[in-house]
Amino acid sequence: MRLGEIVTAAVLAALSIYMMWKSTDLNIGYVAGKGPGGGAWPFWLSAIMLVCTIVIAFNWARRTSPPSRSTEPVLDADGRRMLLQVGGGIFVFVALIDVISIYGAMALFLFYYLWFLGRHALWLALTISIATPIVFFFFFEALMRITLPKGMSFTDPVFNVLYDIIY
Amino acid sequence: MEILELLSHGLFLAIQPMNIALIVVGVTLGLFIGAMPGLGSVNGVAILLPITFLVPPASAIIFLAAIYYGAMYGGAISSITLGIPGASTAVATTFDGRPLALKGRASLALVTAAIASFVGGTVSIILFTAFAPPLAHVALSFGPPEIFALMLLAFATFVGLGGDDIPKTVLSICLGLVFASVGFDQISGAPRLVFFGISGFLHGINFLVLAIGVYGIGEMLWTLDTTRGKITSTEARMTFAGIVADTRECFAKAWKGMSIGSGLGFFVGILPAAGATPGSLMAYGVAKMTGRDPDSYGRGNPDGVAAPEAANNSASTGSMLPMLTLGIPGSPTTAILLGGMVIWGLTPGPRLFTDQPEFVWGLIGSFYVSNFFALVINLSFIPLFIWMLRMPFTILAPMIFVLSVVGGYAATNDMHDVWLMLIFGLSAFFLRKFDYPLAPAVLAIVLGPIAEPTLRQSLLLSSGDPSIFFTRPIAGTITVIAIILILLPLFGVIRRKMKGSSEASA
Repeated sequence: MRLGEIVTAAVLAALSIYMMWKSTDLNIGYVAGKGPGGGAWPFWLSAIMLVCTIVIAFNWARRTSPPSRSTEPVLDADGRRMLLQVGGGIFVFVALIDVISIYGAMALFLFYYLWFLGRHALWLALTISIATPIVFFFFFEALMRITLPKGMSFTDPVFNVLYDIIY
Repeated sequence: MEILELLSHGLFLAIQPMNIALIVVGVTLGLFIGAMPGLGSVNGVAILLPITFLVPPASAIIFLAAIYYGAMYGGAISSITLGIPGASTAVATTFDGRPLALKGRASLALVTAAIASFVGGTVSIILFTAFAPPLAHVALSFGPPEIFALMLLAFATFVGLGGDDIPKTVLSICLGLVFASVGFDQISGAPRLVFFGISGFLHGINFLVLAIGVYGIGEMLWTLDTTRGKITSTEARMTFAGIVADTRECFAKAWKGMSIGSGLGFFVGILPAAGATPGSLMAYGVAKMTGRDPDSYGRGNPDGVAAPEAANNSASTGSMLPMLTLGIPGSPTTAILLGGMVIWGLTPGPRLFTDQPEFVWGLIGSFYVSNFFALVINLSFIPLFIWMLRMPFTILAPMIFVLSVVGGYAATNDMHDVWLMLIFGLSAFFLRKFDYPLAPAVLAIVLGPIAEPTLRQSLLLSSGDPSIFFTRPIAGTITVIAIILILLPLFGVIRRKMKGSSEASA
């Protein structure tokens, strides 16, 4: 935890500096007759963020914050596995949206989670992972008229059939 | 009398068939969301906001407010039967609710929680109805300096009363405010903070992308990481005769906690950014402090269940007061509701009362109706909710992830935002590990688009002189309160230091 806290503070400090630098694309001072320039607000807020990270680092050095005193790891073996399996799963889910459509990606993700991670019965995993995208499709496309990503063109035949049901 | 007329009109709106249906569904969903450990009203409202674009704004907010309400009732169910709070707002309910359940009085605890919630809700709604119109009337005269001072007060509340690490809280606020300024400079129209030249940032960072990332993905990962142990649930036998007997016992033993919770909760709820969690904890503390037998608290005193439960409902209504009248959210959940209002094309603030009376009074009317339905549904379906709590988290969690991803896309129709949401979710998970509070960031990204222009307009009015925030009477008072709140933790540090040095010298 101790190493993690200072690394987090350093990352946030870098982010603050980047945002300060990026804010200077616009005027960060006071423009007579126009009020503060467009970059002033984000610039000074990012500057306050930078000061905060310095105070956090100072508290870290004095060991006053709980994480800076903790000897526990940020993630133990179970936590790392959870993050990799669940976080990785969501990552693959999002990455697949542009390939096999949000509905296809959703079905795969649900099946992966329920069957592989959740160790539920095959029939339950299959039912939920097939039914959910269908419910979502009719809810979003038919009821709310919001079109969600359909992936690459090879998914068209499937969606043509589904659209025939709606229209 | 005019208020009564408007209220009856609002009640009439709230009992339209579609709105009643939305209230029943919303309250039931809210009860479930509140009862599920790891999910609170803020998660439910953030994840479900994108699906409300289907109905008119008044119905959408009635639905979301019903979820908010239901979640305040529902949190108690898992606090009592599982011993783990269903939501942060129900933490104080475990103190006495769990011991009661372990003594075999789970039914008394659940009935007390439901009735206290109802009483707290009702008292606060009446206070709300009385206070909201005059406050909105006063707020109509507010100019940019007053509004900016109120924003400052909202952030100061987090710093002074949030109880989190101060530099981390301030950092969280600033991060949210800077994220809110991404896209275009509202005044000059020039592109601003387009990170790494990625065009997706040109349309700004939608508050929902951050809210769903934090509350949908980050919190779920956090819950998965922390609740690995087995959870044991206590059975509760509920019969009609039992409920009647428990109700009588509840009024006899817990009337004091209920009154303290109802009153205190409302006023803590009104404070910008404070919300139901501190409200319920404070009500518990005061009930214990003033109780005839303080030692019985924590060992199964129904009064200790009633105080926080009345307070969290009362505070949730209270937190809607600044949201509707001033356009400043009183809690993280109302921050998301406020963001929703902007998406629905409404301008939050005092003008709502004159420009959109149907919306405002429909919502107020719905509070009364939701409160009634929450009590009835809660009491009649407690066994069902306990049964649902046994649903494996491995079914609920993937569903929430799917809803989050779809919600993140539906908010802006841009895959860029889905990726951004995922990054926010993972970052939130780690930031939470290092005690960074994230509610301030979500509140700040909602308030940013109001705070920045009001600051700039104020400084333009005064030709760059910041004393404008002190010289106008209302703005000055609010600014001074905000500064005192910001300095509050500093006083604590100095007092501890002085105490430490006097002990060392003695």
